Amino acid sequence: MLDARVLDGRSMVRRRVGVRLWLSALWLGVLCLGALLAPWIAPHDPLAQDLFLGRMPPIWVAGAEPGYWLGTDSLGRDVLSRLLHGARVALLVALAAGSITCLIGATLGLLAGFLRGWVDLVISRLIDIWMAFPPILFSILLIAVLGPSLTSIIIAIVVIDWTRFARVVRAEAMAQGAMDYVASARVAGRGRVGTMLREILPNVLPTIVVLLTLEMGIAVIVEAILSFVNLSISTDDPTWGGMISEGRTSIHQAWWVLVFPLIALFLTVLAFSQLGEGLKDRFDPVLR
Amino acid sequence: MSFLSIRNLSVRLKNGPPLLRRVSLDVAAGEVRGLVGESGAGKSMIGKAVLGILPPSVQITEGEIFLDGTDLLRLPPKESRRRIGASCALIPQDPLTALNPSHRIGPQITDRLVDILGWTRANADARARDLLAEVQIADPDRVLRSYPHELSGGMRQRILIASAFAAEPKLIVADEPTTALDVTVQKQILRLIAGMQARHGTALLFVTHDLGVVSKVCQRLSVLYSGLVVEDSTVPEFFASPSHAYSAALLAATPKYTDPDAGLHPVPEAVVNAVRAEVAAFDRGPAHG
Repeated sequence: MLDARVLDGRSMVRRRVGVRLWLSALWLGVLCLGALLAPWIAPHDPLAQDLFLGRMPPIWVAGAEPGYWLGTDSLGRDVLSRLLHGARVALLVALAAGSITCLIGATLGLLAGFLRGWVDLVISRLIDIWMAFPPILFSILLIAVLGPSLTSIIIAIVVIDWTRFARVVRAEAMAQGAMDYVASARVAGRGRVGTMLREILPNVLPTIVVLLTLEMGIAVIVEAILSFVNLSISTDDPTWGGMISEGRTSIHQAWWVLVFPLIALFLTVLAFSQLGEGLKDRFDPVLR
Repeated sequence: MSFLSIRNLSVRLKNGPPLLRRVSLDVAAGEVRGLVGESGAGKSMIGKAVLGILPPSVQITEGEIFLDGTDLLRLPPKESRRRIGASCALIPQDPLTALNPSHRIGPQITDRLVDILGWTRANADARARDLLAEVQIADPDRVLRSYPHELSGGMRQRILIASAFAAEPKLIVADEPTTALDVTVQKQILRLIAGMQARHGTALLFVTHDLGVVSKVCQRLSVLYSGLVVEDSTVPEFFASPSHAYSAALLAATPKYTDPDAGLHPVPEAVVNAVRAEVAAFDRGPAHG
């Protein structure tokens, strides 16, 4: 006889998603803690140079210097400490840029998709025009105008990426708006805003959450790209992109300077996207 | 005057063809009127126009919709919304998309009563429980706590019916309420709607393409072809002797369960051509047919 749980695929989907969700939440949690506590738990000053300790390998490789867990870069700065301090920048950009982008993009998308008519026309044309700009060049131009700083990076990401939210949320709101329950709500006398917030928004929310986490991952990458080309905060302050850029020049002598920030970047972006997938299934009442 | 009275209602796609051609019909208080026609004849469009939920791509070009003696189309939008909300309700076609998947059943029925009509929460909750019992749902308390996806299609249609009757509306537009359901469930749902309608004395505008359904539920019916009302008569009259050639052919086309070997009788081409010519003549003519 067949087990009912085997027939019901949903329970299996949820179990697999559960692992991904918890692993990514775990990594992001550790990262957040590390970033928050960086000034206290970082073993060394991330800016302190010591030319006698240049290019020390990680602790498990022969010739390592005790106390420098992930080795040092060519100027003798501790890689682990720089990673932890770099995480502060990465997460700050992810949270700030991600949520502001989400707020602006999702609001415009929701308005366009639900109100239709001229509102939709204006917002859709705006999206079309916006997307004609090449994003990387656009961001470099923006930073050049605003001057390199953390705020400029966040502004650049928001200005460029709101269309990502607006487009998807608009389409989703349109699809939900055609459902009979929206018609019923309108017949019952619910106003436009009430219908949008009560009937449409809860059904678009899972999509928004997924996009938000993806956007946080993208923000981390963009910040890394911009600091890689020295358009981020001042070059003294540690950022993952800056570390990758510096590590690239000495890859044959000291691979660890390049590899550890790359791993951190990779895991963080992966964790954000997997977190989104997992949360979507948590939010979705059909899979709940 | 009838509770709902539609006079010369014309609706067209913006910059497109007409969808309703000077439609007039009345629904008296407590009466059930069937709206019959092929797909695309404009049956649902009439219901949507009455409830003020026409899609934005469609516009009303002329006519009046009197609800309880007041022309809805002359009222400011807010006021007409309020009147529709206070005295009308909708039983939608597809029970799968007619309940919001994000909310539990209970609030979906009660929130409108509380937020819009000003009921107390306790009254609304009690009302919802009574209604679910009235539509023969065995365990109302459990169902009220459920999400739509946890319930079957027939169950959801029962909930939609209960929800439509919640505020004791004077008029309900039922837009093909049985089309999306299993044949065996259809009959129960039909009986349920007819029973509820009789008990509550609600007028019903029943949109369907199934003449069998009309004969069971309705007292009067309008037959539409391409947005033109070709027949408006009482149900006994219609089934005894339809007055229009097209509606006669439509009636003849209904399969008879009593004689399964009889084969199908599609509407003859000559009749279709005749009624098309009528529509064309209407569009050409000095618009007074």
